[in-house]
Amino acid sequence: MSRPELIAPPEIYYGDTEAKKYTKNTRNQQIQADMTYRALELLNLPPDEPAFLLDIGCGSGLSGEILDEQGYIWTGVDIAPSMLEVALEREVEGDLFLQDIGQGFGFRPGSFDGAISISVLQWLLNAETSHPTSSPPHRLTRFFTTLHSSLRNPSRAVFQFYPSSDDQIQLITSIAQKAGFGGGLVVDYPNSKKAKKVFLCLYVGGGGGQQQLPEGLDGEEEVDGGKARFERRREREKGKNGKRKGLKDKDWILKKKELYRKRGKESVPRDSKFTGRKRRPVF
Amino acid sequence: MVRLITHNLLACHVKGCTSNNFPLEFKDVQVVLRESEFNPDFLRGFIPKLEWPALVGAARELGDTSLPDQLPEMLDDDFLKTLHHVLLEIHVEEGIMICPNCKHNYPVSNGIPNMLLAEHEIG
Repeated sequence: MSRPELIAPPEIYYGDTEAKKYTKNTRNQQIQADMTYRALELLNLPPDEPAFLLDIGCGSGLSGEILDEQGYIWTGVDIAPSMLEVALEREVEGDLFLQDIGQGFGFRPGSFDGAISISVLQWLLNAETSHPTSSPPHRLTRFFTTLHSSLRNPSRAVFQFYPSSDDQIQLITSIAQKAGFGGGLVVDYPNSKKAKKVFLCLYVGGGGGQQQLPEGLDGEEEVDGGKARFERRREREKGKNGKRKGLKDKDWILKKKELYRKRGKESVPRDSKFTGRKRRPVF
Repeated sequence: MVRLITHNLLACHVKGCTSNNFPLEFKDVQVVLRESEFNPDFLRGFIPKLEWPALVGAARELGDTSLPDQLPEMLDDDFLKTLHHVLLEIHVEEGIMICPNCKHNYPVSNGIPNMLLAEHEIG
């Protein structure tokens, strides 16, 4: 798995070329879209009520597009100017801010009905300078406390991220708890290396009762996860008795001969009762 | 794309700047009007969150005087339409937003405000 956060800080890594590349990549688009839908599901907003959401690390607006489509009004923040430029070109609906989330937000208390963030938190785990305000715990504390106050009570914030160790998860969840959030980790497909996704599901307030942490998806993975791509087709070819049908059987040979004749090839053997028949062993 | 809806939520987040840091004042602004879909339910839900005097002030700074000084009791469709126009259709493309307390400048370029702080300003 590639770890771009170890190469350079986000505003440098996602320069003009990388930002365009990232946005055009259809695989990235698909993954981002799937994770955004799942994050919205975990956010569990009341249906038919237009909500005002915060997209943390909105990038070029891949997830914002889905928020638009679902009828939410949103505001996005990101630290990479090139990504925001791509977002402008793509004409997303939301307001965009150039902001370092590790420096905290300046939004008034209770501004947002919810927050989502796709593949962002891992970027906060590297110190760029030796200044005390750029240490990961300090930046995370600043981020979570200001986020907590800018969310409405009750509401949720869902972060999808790629932790590289359990220590990182521990650090993030403990700081989030200190900032006043409830909730915890939801892991989808924990037993699959490819499809595994980690969501941090945080709650502001509980409205009396304890909020129930949703279950991670488990068991049969959808979309060809786990199985090789054409396996199902191969299985179908096996037929009823479990024996694989010969590839070059009589039908195939006749088809080929027909084709050669049509193309005008000379010396195509004529069809007979022996065509495609198996040779018996001599002994 | 700073619209007044987000401007109304935005306070200064410089270290130690905790009082009188809202609303940010506009300076040298260029405004663009872009139509958007009218959604009365969203507006009704959003009104309790608005800081009304700040919104009226900001709208006047941008040259729109259609809002009344007081939030009216009756929310009829005409009023919601004016509110929709002010909140969601006025975009600030270029300019500066200034914190009334610490005078920190947040430049807006190409519709995107730059909220980055220098090292000594981080809380």
